[in-house]
Amino acid sequence: MPAKKIQSAGRDTAKVMNRSDLCRRLTAKLTHEEAVIGGIGNTHFDLWASGQRPQNFYMLGSMGLAVPIAFGVALAQPQRRVFSLEGDGSLLMQLGSLGTVAKYGPKNLAIIVFDNGIYQITGAQPTLTSFGTDLVAIAKGAGLAQSAWAADEAHYEELIDAALKREGPWFIAARTGTQPPAGLTERDPAKIRGRFMQGLGASK
Amino acid sequence: MSVEAAARTRSETWDAIVLRVLKQNKVSLIAYVPDKVLAPLIKSLHADDFFTVLSPAREEEAAGIVAGAYMAGQRGIVLMQTSGFATLPNVIASMAVPYQIPLLMMISERGTLGDFQFGQAMVCRTMRPVLESLAIEHYAITRLDEVEFIVDSMIKQAFSTQAPAAMILSPLLTKHSAKK
Repeated sequence: MPAKKIQSAGRDTAKVMNRSDLCRRLTAKLTHEEAVIGGIGNTHFDLWASGQRPQNFYMLGSMGLAVPIAFGVALAQPQRRVFSLEGDGSLLMQLGSLGTVAKYGPKNLAIIVFDNGIYQITGAQPTLTSFGTDLVAIAKGAGLAQSAWAADEAHYEELIDAALKREGPWFIAARTGTQPPAGLTERDPAKIRGRFMQGLGASK
Repeated sequence: MSVEAAARTRSETWDAIVLRVLKQNKVSLIAYVPDKVLAPLIKSLHADDFFTVLSPAREEEAAGIVAGAYMAGQRGIVLMQTSGFATLPNVIASMAVPYQIPLLMMISERGTLGDFQFGQAMVCRTMRPVLESLAIEHYAITRLDEVEFIVDSMIKQAFSTQAPAAMILSPLLTKHSAKK
């Protein structure tokens, strides 16, 4: 399908939304066992709190790897849609991964970044996005043409719908506030992996 | 090793053996950051349709991609040089080990036995201490006649025990033996 024009807000004009609410809005739309990789910190806490789907993977470490892990899942199962959820601090650690995704162009991958401008979990120190770094501009510069700032919740949902229906890769950025996460992921990595592999039909 | 296998090994280069053993073990996803010693292997992997061969920007990315693919049912390996391995301890310690992901790594051992690159020489000393402190199975391959056994058994053990594994390509194999 040829790329349609993607409407995007600017980082400065995008509404600051609630991360937990955005996680629930995403998972409510996932009716085909889509995989979701939740990045380290509050990102995967809110994914967990949105409902413990077997196709969710929660990263307790390896900050910055939600996009590469999601890309690996997308490569191995091209028929399944895969979402990567990252925070701004995490994504800033692995910006090269955006170029990698652009280079190989997985049609079933969508990257969602929640940009609150701070390292919330370590004491709210500002990240680079608080000083003018624009992650959508970086994604576009990396070669991800379908990149946008969600203007508000309705637009965010439109972008998710597009990522579910149309060919990717997609890059969807949302401004988020500083609300605490709505839950806390169970810290059992082997169980998380085992359940995820079962959810993907990839258990031994 | 059988007589036939020994004869076959003698006529194959180390990289041809590695490619064959990867294929036999259904390791079809290759994520690499380039290295001069690995160059012939990378070239022949690219030329073989069995393999999906990716070159991401960093070794951490490569490890993440291979881990994700494993969880979705596809086997992969990360190819890198010694200095690249030095960027991986955090990812191995906080992803591969606790999540019990059989992250296969093949490391071209640089910075030793005549390597004049300062970018490799010091960082080379960190490789084995890191592998040992993380209790990662690792073996250096030094001779052509042991390539098949080491690569094959390490792959099989990694997947059957769900543990990462590091295969080290020694200059004794890639430089010394290759000259003979």
